[in-house]
Amino acid sequence: MQDETTLHGEHGTSGGPSPVDNDRRNFLTKVGWGSLAGFLAINSYAFLRFFYPRVLFEPPSQFKVGFPADYPPGTVNSQYQREFGTWIIRLQDGRFFAMESKCTHLGCTPSWLESQKKFKCPCHGSGYYISGLNFEGPAPRPMDRFKISIAEDGQLQVDKTIKFPGIPGKESNEVYPQSLLKA
Amino acid sequence: MNSLYDKVKKNLIWKSVFRRDYRDNARSRAMAIFGNVFLHLHPVKVRESAVKLRYTWGMGGITFLAFIILTITGVVLMFYYHPTVDLAYLDMKDLEFQAPYGVISRNLHRWAAHFMVIVVMIHMFRVFMTGSYKAPRQFNWGIGVILLVLTFLLSFTGYLLPWDQLGFWAITVGTNMGAATPLLGFQGPFSEYLHITPYNDVRFALLGGASVGGNALLRSYIWHCIAIPLISIILMFVHFWRVRKDGGISRPQH
Repeated sequence: MQDETTLHGEHGTSGGPSPVDNDRRNFLTKVGWGSLAGFLAINSYAFLRFFYPRVLFEPPSQFKVGFPADYPPGTVNSQYQREFGTWIIRLQDGRFFAMESKCTHLGCTPSWLESQKKFKCPCHGSGYYISGLNFEGPAPRPMDRFKISIAEDGQLQVDKTIKFPGIPGKESNEVYPQSLLKA
Repeated sequence: MNSLYDKVKKNLIWKSVFRRDYRDNARSRAMAIFGNVFLHLHPVKVRESAVKLRYTWGMGGITFLAFIILTITGVVLMFYYHPTVDLAYLDMKDLEFQAPYGVISRNLHRWAAHFMVIVVMIHMFRVFMTGSYKAPRQFNWGIGVILLVLTFLLSFTGYLLPWDQLGFWAITVGTNMGAATPLLGFQGPFSEYLHITPYNDVRFALLGGASVGGNALLRSYIWHCIAIPLISIILMFVHFWRVRKDGGISRPQH
């Protein structure tokens, strides 16, 4: 208090009330530091938000994959694996499903081994049957499926926004009959 | 010989760069240290016990040496490297097969990186085993832990840059761990309550997208070459400064 009075005197401020207006000083101090804190908070938010782009130049989540007749029964089509991360699979009975090309262990891309009739993950050796059911390696659950349907022009259409996640120990053909398309 | 010595040293240019002669007495030796911008972080005088190699193993200094090697070779590599999906792998191969001194630059960088990770861990082990994290050095231990994490992050972000299968899948797996982190990733606990999706979680921020692609490569590159080294350098200044301010390098108590 005394120091401040001295300081006040030294600066020779005139016109103000003679005892130092501590209320005003405290208020201005709070406004000052508060502004700085607010400025930094808004900038921190902007800095974080900056890392989330508004537009992505990634492949669309809905795409067409040709006509049902293009696919022989009992085959795995890896044609769309690279761009869309999806296999188009036709079972022996003629039904279709679309499966995400992503190992449920740590997210690598397994390969379909035609000679052994299984998916094999190159990272840690997880193995899956054609239905996506895991049977060997560290994978904790079957691979996920996407919605597949027939578009108006008769082509097969995959919708990656509708997902059927594999459930540990369960056969996805039975858990998700809606993931199968009869064509 | 003496006349050459005089010609080189007894002129205005030399004296404007080097203010003092180095004479073998305590004062001029001290002046040589704190009159030099590069040396002044180092203490002017060191106790005999502080240079006992069997106590400190010199691991902190060797870590810093590795960092300097990595900075120099890293800048060299940047002259030939484009951080784009089409060119990154080919540029790495160019460095190995075509660029003059490319092989030694790349290999120095890679080996020094492995070396730094190992050495920094041994440094931490030594600090722990000698109890050098205790008062008054707690704060510097904290800085050191952050520097350790930054070293790992430098190693991790550099892993993707060759854009080969090893790096690509390492980053895929590593960022999927981020996706499985509670409260931060879309596969982690509580994600459905907090509406965390693959498009707004921490993995998305790291990759600049929902999958490992061109944005992820560019972001790795910036973090690896600019952002993390800058943060590390600032923290290293604090770390080295505090070694002195907290009583000098830890040494055997006799």
